[in-house]
Amino acid sequence: MLEVETYPTVGEAANAMDDQARFLGGGTLIMNRVNYGDRRFNRIVRTTDASLSEIRAEGDRLEVGAGVTMASIMASRDLEFLSSAARAVGGPAIRNMASVGGNLMAPHPYGDMAVALLALDAVVRMVRGEELSLEDFLARRNGVVRSLLIRRPQGDEFRFRKVSRVKPKGVSVMSMAAHLTRSAGRLSGVRIAYGAMAPTPVRVRAVENALEGVSLDHAGIAAALSAATEGLDPPDDPIASGWYRREVAPVHLRRLLLGEDAR
Amino acid sequence: MKSPVTFTLNGSESAVFVDSGANLLDVLRRGCGDLSPKYGCGQGSCGACTVLIDGEPHVSCLVLAETVAGRSVETTGGLASGPDLHPLQRAFIDGFAAQCGYCTPGMLMAAKALLDRNPSPTRSEVEEAISGNLCRCTGYEPIIDAILEAAKQRGAA
Repeated sequence: MLEVETYPTVGEAANAMDDQARFLGGGTLIMNRVNYGDRRFNRIVRTTDASLSEIRAEGDRLEVGAGVTMASIMASRDLEFLSSAARAVGGPAIRNMASVGGNLMAPHPYGDMAVALLALDAVVRMVRGEELSLEDFLARRNGVVRSLLIRRPQGDEFRFRKVSRVKPKGVSVMSMAAHLTRSAGRLSGVRIAYGAMAPTPVRVRAVENALEGVSLDHAGIAAALSAATEGLDPPDDPIASGWYRREVAPVHLRRLLLGEDAR
Repeated sequence: MKSPVTFTLNGSESAVFVDSGANLLDVLRRGCGDLSPKYGCGQGSCGACTVLIDGEPHVSCLVLAETVAGRSVETTGGLASGPDLHPLQRAFIDGFAAQCGYCTPGMLMAAKALLDRNPSPTRSEVEEAISGNLCRCTGYEPIIDAILEAAKQRGAA
């Protein structure tokens, strides 16, 4: 029998968590499991804490509450740079429900927003105040997230692309995000992240390294395209085979980096 | 364990006892007797169960029922006023936008949310608005045409 527990603050909700409990955000992941009879948990823990839905400036970073929905991100002027990634998640109804915190927990091939946040080097702030990189969080994926801290990218240095077979809405063949920082006209300290190319969204260090010090043009990115799937073993699923993902990744990476539209 | 939930359903106060962990779709269909929202996939992929909560579309199969306490829920069951169909319903009938009809209630609610916010949408705005709703019969074109026609009719009224 499933129990639902509702707490006024996220701190109390976090205290109530154990391995038989799941934390309910927007419901798009957990209620799906409930509907399909998942017996690995028997408690749903939720909170009515409004602070989880806040977006606020904190120094030169933005703090985005874990409960902020994709629709709220699309409506926020401060988060305009994340709008394309938010739009990549489901249709309008899902976007009214799905939260940014939940997206970090989404199983393959979901989690397009987490890909964008990984490229932006977002920091995860847990309920008890602990902060860790999103990359570290994705490696263990436990605990209750309070918010994400995101530094706003400059100009057009942030790019996001979702590849799906169905338009305008479809599950990811892959998603890709790039934070193309420059120094003296050349790429420097670039961050590249993929979704649906590994069990969780991942940074692609082989590509990042190949982009160090190059110019952002066909010749400059050639080595990065050759390294597009280095170290990755993309999964097979009903959307695409691992082989297909590996074959098409360099094409989509080129389009992402050079800002080309898909034909 | 059952808990009482009170919300507004299509403008009328509704009070039901819901099973712990029940989704809103089950409560609407079995608790309230409103059979207009349909169960399709149970995972948010098909949109057949789309209802409006405080005017915004949600897939009711993924909404924990008790979270709608105190909120306003609208379903296709409340679209017509007496014998007068909603302009969207009329346009769907006139434009043959329903074949098997299973997706239709979700399509209508997604379209209503759009027209309430944007009375004269473009074709691509309509496509975006119903992008979370699957139809396996029509190929979508008659549905998109019907929504645009309903917008035109409402504008003329």
